[in-house]
Amino acid sequence: MNIYVLIKRTFDTEEKIVVSGGKIQEDGAEFIINPYDEYAIEEAIQVRDAHGGEVTVLTMGGEDAEKQLRTALAMGADKAVLINIEDDLDELDQFTAAQLLADYLKDKNPDLILAGNVAIDGGSGQVGPRVADLLEINYVTTITKLEINGSQVNIVRDVEGDSEMIETSLPLLVTAQQGLNEPRYPSLPGIMKAKKKPLEEVELDDLDIDEDDVVAKTETLEIYLPPKKEAGRVLQGDLSNQVQELVQLLRTEAKVI
Amino acid sequence: MTKKVIVLGEVREGALRNVSFEAIGAAKKISVGGEIVAVLLGESIQSLGAEMIHYGADRVVTVEHPHLKSYTSDGFSQAFMAVVESEKPDAVVFGHTALGKDLSPKVASKLKSGLVSDVTGIEGEGDGAVFIRPIFSGKAFEKVKVKDGIVFVTVRPNNIEPLAHDASRSGDVSSISVDITNLRTIIKEVVRKSSEGVDLSEAKVVIAGGRGVKSEEGFEPLKELAKVLNGAVGASRGACDADYCDYSLQIGQTGKVVTPDLYIAAGISGAIQHLAGMSNSKIIVAINKDPEANIFKVADYGIVGDLFEVIPMLTEEFKKLKAN
Ligand SMILES: Cc1cc2nc3c(=O)[nH]c(=O)nc-3n(C[C@H](O)[C@H](O)[C@H](O)COP(=O)(O)OP(=O)(O)OC[C@H]3O[C@@H](n4cnc5c(N)ncnc54)[C@H](O)[C@@H]3O)c2cc1C
Ligand SMILES: Cc1cc2nc3c(=O)[nH]c(=O)nc-3n(C[C@H](O)[C@H](O)[C@H](O)COP(=O)(O)OP(=O)(O)OC[C@H]3O[C@@H](n4cnc5c(N)ncnc54)[C@H](O)[C@@H]3O)c2cc1C
Repeated sequence: MNIYVLIKRTFDTEEKIVVSGGKIQEDGAEFIINPYDEYAIEEAIQVRDAHGGEVTVLTMGGEDAEKQLRTALAMGADKAVLINIEDDLDELDQFTAAQLLADYLKDKNPDLILAGNVAIDGGSGQVGPRVADLLEINYVTTITKLEINGSQVNIVRDVEGDSEMIETSLPLLVTAQQGLNEPRYPSLPGIMKAKKKPLEEVELDDLDIDEDDVVAKTETLEIYLPPKKEAGRVLQGDLSNQVQELVQLLRTEAKVI
Repeated sequence: MTKKVIVLGEVREGALRNVSFEAIGAAKKISVGGEIVAVLLGESIQSLGAEMIHYGADRVVTVEHPHLKSYTSDGFSQAFMAVVESEKPDAVVFGHTALGKDLSPKVASKLKSGLVSDVTGIEGEGDGAVFIRPIFSGKAFEKVKVKDGIVFVTVRPNNIEPLAHDASRSGDVSSISVDITNLRTIIKEVVRKSSEGVDLSEAKVVIAGGRGVKSEEGFEPLKELAKVLNGAVGASRGACDADYCDYSLQIGQTGKVVTPDLYIAAGISGAIQHLAGMSNSKIIVAINKDPEANIFKVADYGIVGDLFEVIPMLTEEFKKLKAN
């Protein structure tokens, strides 16, 4: 089976966000594979181990994203591809990202593509379904279980907490939801092996796409931090008085009840 | 310039979800007096059209088809694109719900348009509209404008004001027929796990329990309080991992994102991944035994104490209030 995983390099979830000059400060921040994409990688490896084939991890970004690709190789992916846009594009959005990823994939005949359901930084959840639509293949988002028999696929999809049992077929793109699996940590031998696995770098010129087709449709004007919350009021005194005071405050001061 | 805006109304168990009316509120700002057309897709939904008009839509177009009984991206995108082709809108608004998240990127791809997802605020109007959306799980916000093509946004439930309900408004409710073919996914069964009653992502009041709730039974007092306040019960991952409740209740970075008017966190320490799902709530109340717990840093009001004492007292106090 020919399996592709779309992965994104993101800020570590514990990282504090610093904004200066309307932009996110990246200096010194820790970066990780988007947590949902880790589920996607793990699932891809399990599908390959059960059905044979090859897992290729694909990312669009700058040179720095090689580190996350190597981590995915160390987990057990076979090959990695970086679409390096660093020198070519200075404005991009989800439209652009999907155009580039789909253009790379269009002649690769993937049977199965896995992505995360959402990137924890950009947070739009658009890239997976957009790529599927551009490739004219079916997609199922927020999956928590995947079973493949031949070209038939059974899926459990999480829908705001309810579970849908879905039947569909390959070729297919799925996006991973928490609960799909427990992603493995790269093992030491895995890390050693990853150093020798192929990591291909592709630039815009290598793709069969016009610059006009990747011009962003939206523009970020400004990034800012939410207003800092003042330290809240911890109520004092006898517990029953505190409870009465709280109800009063919610009614008269906060006006939410 | 005025804009013609299409709003997708979302139907759940035979009723329109609130976010549909909030989407009309967003459409109003984008349209600057242009026409707002509501679209309803489903099996027998014609009768819901009037409600969309009462909330500010000028006209309603429905597509009814047995294949639209449950949502699939194939079925809904075919129906929606048929409406788009006949209406030729300048802008489109969906709710940022499970359905909206799944469908909007596919429609945007077909329209070759941008898509501003998960919008929580709108500044300006018409061509000058700027959309505010959280990034980095609510740790920051960005302001986005659409440079080119159709203005397409999804709005996060509970953030955009709906217009006032006006039962005297009237408008045309028409239907078009669409041939829906080639559904590549079949939904065999739906297992409902989410609690009956108020929908967590749309609730105005959320009572959330953490590991401090200690057991499944420990959630009972929280459920009672939620009932009195017409709210929904939520949970931390700590509580879900410990099997005190179903994962459908989980709030946070890997769970649901909620922005109720009132969020009461009981026995939740306030880990950064939990805050990602609730820190934009209007008012946060923390109830925790540990005065050093991180949750107090984001809370507007805090009570240091045992939740099993505090929650029942709160329930009684609110009951008294309601009785008056
Ligand atoms: C000036 C500028 C520079 C930018 N540079 C970069 C950059 O170097 N790298 C970058 O990733 N983004 C960059 N972006 C942001 C980029 O536009 C978005 O990250 C991208 O469109 C994905 O959107 P999202 O974060 O909402 O992802 P979502 O749509 O929420 O992501 C969902 C899933 O899609 C897949 N996916 C998302 N993004 C990628 C990707 N880049 N490669 C492979 N799979 C992906 C993953 O599986 C992910 O879990 C830049 C934006 C601007 C304005
Ligand atoms: C990648 C990743 C994603 C994650 N995603 C999420 C997510 O989406 N949502 C989420 O919630 N977490 C998430 N987590 C987990 C998160 O880091 C915390 O572990 C979790 O939120 C802790 O849950 P808790 O606050 O209930 O438990 P604890 O941290 O154990 O806190 C329990 C609290 O209860 C208090 N307490 C105990 N007994 C009582 C009592 N009788 N009365 C009052 N107070 C009492 C204690 O003082 C303590 O503060 C994620 C973690 C990772 C690494």
